[in-house]
Amino acid sequence: MYDFAYHKPTSVADAVKILSSDPDARPISGGQTLLPALKHRLNKPSAVVDLSGIAELRGIKRDGDKLVIGALARHGEVANSAEVKAAIPALAQMAGTIGDTQVRNRGTIGGSVSNNDPAADYPSAVLGLGATVVTDKRRIAADDFFQGMFTTALEPGELLVAIEFPIPEKAGYAKMRNPASRYVMAGVFVAKTKSGVRVAVNGAGPCVFRQADMEKALTASWSADAVAGVRQSADGLNGDIHGSAEYRAHLVTVMAKRAVAAAG
Amino acid sequence: MNVVTPFEGIGASVKRKEDLRFLSGRGQYTDDINRPGQTYAYILRSPHAHARITGIDLAAAKAMPGVVAIFTGDDMQGIGGLPCGWQIHNKDGSPMAEPPHPVLAQGKVRFVGDAVAVVIAATKAQARDAAEAIEVAYEVLPAAATVEAAIAPGAAPVHDGIAGNVCYDWHIGDPAVNAAAFKTADKVVEFELVNNRLVPNAMEPRAAIGDYDPTTGEYTLYTTSQNPHVIRLLMGAFVLQLPEHKLRVVAPDVGGGFGSKIFHYAEEAIVTWAAGKIARPIKWTADRTESFITDAHGRDHVTKARLALDKDGKFLALHVQTLANMGAYLSTFATSVPTYLYATLLAGVYTTPTVYAEVKAVFTNTVPVDAYRGAGRPEATFLLERLVDVAAMETGIDKVEIRRRNFIPADAFPYQTPVALQYDSGDYQSTLDQALETSGWAGFEARRAEAKGRGRLRGIGISTYIEACGIAPSAVVGALGARAGLYEVGTIRVHPTGSVTVLTGTHSHGQGHETTLAQLVTDRLGVPLAQVDIVHGDTAKIPFGMGTYGSRSLAVGGSAMVKAMDKIVAKARRIAAHLMEASVEDVEFDRGTFRVAGTDKTKAWGEICLTAYVPHNYPIEEIEPGLEETAFYDPKNFTYPGGCHICEVEIDPDTGKVEVVNFTAVDDVGRVINPMIVEGQVQGGVAQGIGQALLETAVYDENGQLLSASFMDYQMPRADDLPPVSVATHTTLCTHNPLGVKGCGEVGAIGSPPAVINAVVDALKDYGVRHIEMPATPAKIWNIIHGGHRMAAE
Ligand SMILES: Cc1cc2nc3c(=O)[nH]c(=O)nc-3n(C[C@H](O)[C@H](O)[C@H](O)COP(=O)(O)OP(=O)(O)OC[C@H]3O[C@@H](n4cnc5c(N)ncnc54)[C@H](O)[C@@H]3O)c2cc1C
Repeated sequence: MYDFAYHKPTSVADAVKILSSDPDARPISGGQTLLPALKHRLNKPSAVVDLSGIAELRGIKRDGDKLVIGALARHGEVANSAEVKAAIPALAQMAGTIGDTQVRNRGTIGGSVSNNDPAADYPSAVLGLGATVVTDKRRIAADDFFQGMFTTALEPGELLVAIEFPIPEKAGYAKMRNPASRYVMAGVFVAKTKSGVRVAVNGAGPCVFRQADMEKALTASWSADAVAGVRQSADGLNGDIHGSAEYRAHLVTVMAKRAVAAAG
Repeated sequence: MNVVTPFEGIGASVKRKEDLRFLSGRGQYTDDINRPGQTYAYILRSPHAHARITGIDLAAAKAMPGVVAIFTGDDMQGIGGLPCGWQIHNKDGSPMAEPPHPVLAQGKVRFVGDAVAVVIAATKAQARDAAEAIEVAYEVLPAAATVEAAIAPGAAPVHDGIAGNVCYDWHIGDPAVNAAAFKTADKVVEFELVNNRLVPNAMEPRAAIGDYDPTTGEYTLYTTSQNPHVIRLLMGAFVLQLPEHKLRVVAPDVGGGFGSKIFHYAEEAIVTWAAGKIARPIKWTADRTESFITDAHGRDHVTKARLALDKDGKFLALHVQTLANMGAYLSTFATSVPTYLYATLLAGVYTTPTVYAEVKAVFTNTVPVDAYRGAGRPEATFLLERLVDVAAMETGIDKVEIRRRNFIPADAFPYQTPVALQYDSGDYQSTLDQALETSGWAGFEARRAEAKGRGRLRGIGISTYIEACGIAPSAVVGALGARAGLYEVGTIRVHPTGSVTVLTGTHSHGQGHETTLAQLVTDRLGVPLAQVDIVHGDTAKIPFGMGTYGSRSLAVGGSAMVKAMDKIVAKARRIAAHLMEASVEDVEFDRGTFRVAGTDKTKAWGEICLTAYVPHNYPIEEIEPGLEETAFYDPKNFTYPGGCHICEVEIDPDTGKVEVVNFTAVDDVGRVINPMIVEGQVQGGVAQGIGQALLETAVYDENGQLLSASFMDYQMPRADDLPPVSVATHTTLCTHNPLGVKGCGEVGAIGSPPAVINAVVDALKDYGVRHIEMPATPAKIWNIIHGGHRMAAE
């Protein structure tokens, strides 16, 4: 780890002030992604801005037909939240399978979504549910938020404050874990929402994406059989020592079936 | 002195004495030790697999804050290289190629991780900061990471002057007899397989602290070692030219080794040597990435084999050709692993009359490869037990039956194999029967059918194996090229009030020696377990020792203790005879009580011990006071644990994921001292065996970069990857050591991989699968299941 300055602001405004005055400063939430990178000296921020003292980033609440989750909500909190379990059980179930107990007790939804790791879980829920990402200065639709591998619509110094999830009629998530890292090798989040059926695929490609053919098939008939015949193209998917792009493409169909079955 | 409860002696599952220390965080590991004035070393390593160093610029680094000293290969010229402990000879009788293994690179780097420079600074971070400021100019050379690439015509030599990158081309067995036997065969099964390369990944990364006392000229090395005396010998005599009395090596608590901490590593020599230069202590601790790229790896064989059978399925001859990856340099015992620890095991538990094995060891631009839990024997077992299954498949003989037909019968011991070893004992049919019974083998097809109903492919696999451990008779291994003796040393120090301190040359790094070895004393001398302490891991305390590896601690180290206890009892009987005014021949000793035979005249252990140290009434003319004895024990033979492992798996055909649903191990480890510890050792070994079969593999790209260099890509077994393992023992005693013990540390890792792969192949039998290479990952299995579909789609 290289030396860096440490700040612990207590308001979003203060945090943004520090971040916008120093382009090399980085926010830290649970530290489960940033800290290992710092330890490996892969990152050299001038300052680390610890968000954990900011009360307005906390909390999980139901707001009419929306569920609003603060950026600092830890995976463990989401997994165990009665509100989440009641409104979007698939989201609680997903949170309960991220990493291990230690990771779930530190890692946050804001950190995960801002980071947009292609193998992370949450991005598929955010995209699959058509959520809205709320930042310190604007509201960004999920469809516009995830822009590429580790890339989002967040501008330098912009803070993710909360995520608003519309409550779906049904939703389900299934994933195949990478055998080594246990991050997602291929995952599919399916949701039947007021604005239609949405299917988001994570892990398999360089960035979470929507699967239009599966959305069409499920719109026609909401059943595991309906997606069973839909093949994901391997073009552009990830291939590595753990599996080829073809394997991941195949897993997308398998996980889609399981996600629909889980959604009921 | 109270008499021992029988529950603490041999055969008792007493809880591990060391666990209170370990589980309450009071272990003292190398990195926990801090010396006054200590500095920190960071080692700058090569990012290239193969390159010439054309220049090193230290100017900027030397000016960095906190820097105490920086050394490169230039500073260490004249220092010996790291030695190899076993010389192998080629087929033509010439010695193997043995290139120098410099402690810091001399002009060339040969693997990613090769040590180029060491920075010593006031803090670890400062040392690393300064290392990043060192400018090294490299001229990158072509690299070879696999044995095939390294022996391909035109491959760049890893070591200048070693053409073809061959370290040795060795063989064992009689090629003419072997070839003749193949001519008589009704059936020849041919087979090729890979034994995947593994990273040991002990929980505790390696660490070393060098310390130098200028007033005495004494050096101390604290290190994560399985054998501190061996390190003192190798580093003192061959690398730094320091006499033993000026070099102390301490291996305190060690958090797992699995072989990777046997070897003498460059960092040990660097911190010791440099501590002398700067006259301050120096600590080096590997981080996990460093462990991946510098701890010796294991396995990495590519093998072709042919098995000749007669019409009844009797094995007539076996011919094996193996390419073994040595890595970039010869690690301490690397050369013995694919030869005397591998090819000599190729008879297995079978009566195959002729075995001919040819082994070519090859240099590559990878981390050195050396012994890893099982060392050679898992490779032999995997080959044989896969081959036997393929033979069963191709002859149509049932896979259990073909094994039974070829077993060495229980009345054939001692049994001389065609590959040098003489097995002393075993009963393979009975071990097999017990495993078949425990695993419910007979009811398997019903379970397969039930799984099919759930859409899962279920398979069962068996492995009947033998291994050789308790290494080893010094004269024998000496004749085969070992540059060390392999005896063990034990001192029994009886204190005036009767409690006992044992000094042993073996080293516990997780095995529970503080308990098992103490049980030997309790059993023999009758001293309660709480009054017996085992001391190991410090050359200043223990007379000598060869350390712990090859499941030798009990068979060799325990036997040394028995010999020392024989001497203790002999002397104590003379003291007792004096006190009871009897003749020595009439004095019997049984667990704490001396008795004049046939009388009620007795003396308690404690009284004899006190008399030995307060010799007021004592045969002082005949015997010396005190009660302390040391014995060196050199084993007469290897020991031969064996057993039967049965594995049942279920495969999810949609994802290719394998789940091990049942695992049965029935092992013959000789006499069992502590059944709980034996069970733990077998469980741990099986976990590593399942890891090798299904999960773990070290993957290099064609440029020699290790792709699986972290836990993000190297799949260590986790608790939920492992089934509950049913562990049982079936004992035949070792006939040549005083305890009848064989060893249990490696059996799990040796017997299990073929059982797992045999089960996977069985589960996939409808897909025409003959073999699947380890690890059987979901992607590989999916390819087998869906390969046809995919081709149709393309
Ligand atoms: C062993 C292990 C296993 C894991 N397994 C999984 C898994 O299976 N699935 C999975 O999805 N994840 C997994 N993770 C990652 C984990 O979920 C992380 O918690 C998550 O990726 C990042 O959240 P964090 O709060 O820790 O973020 P941090 O590490 O604190 O930050 C991550 C990045 O986001 C930025 N950031 C943080 N908060 C904000 C904010 N409010 N606004 C803008 N930018 C912000 C930081 O500057 C940094 O660049 C694993 C992590 C570990 C260590």
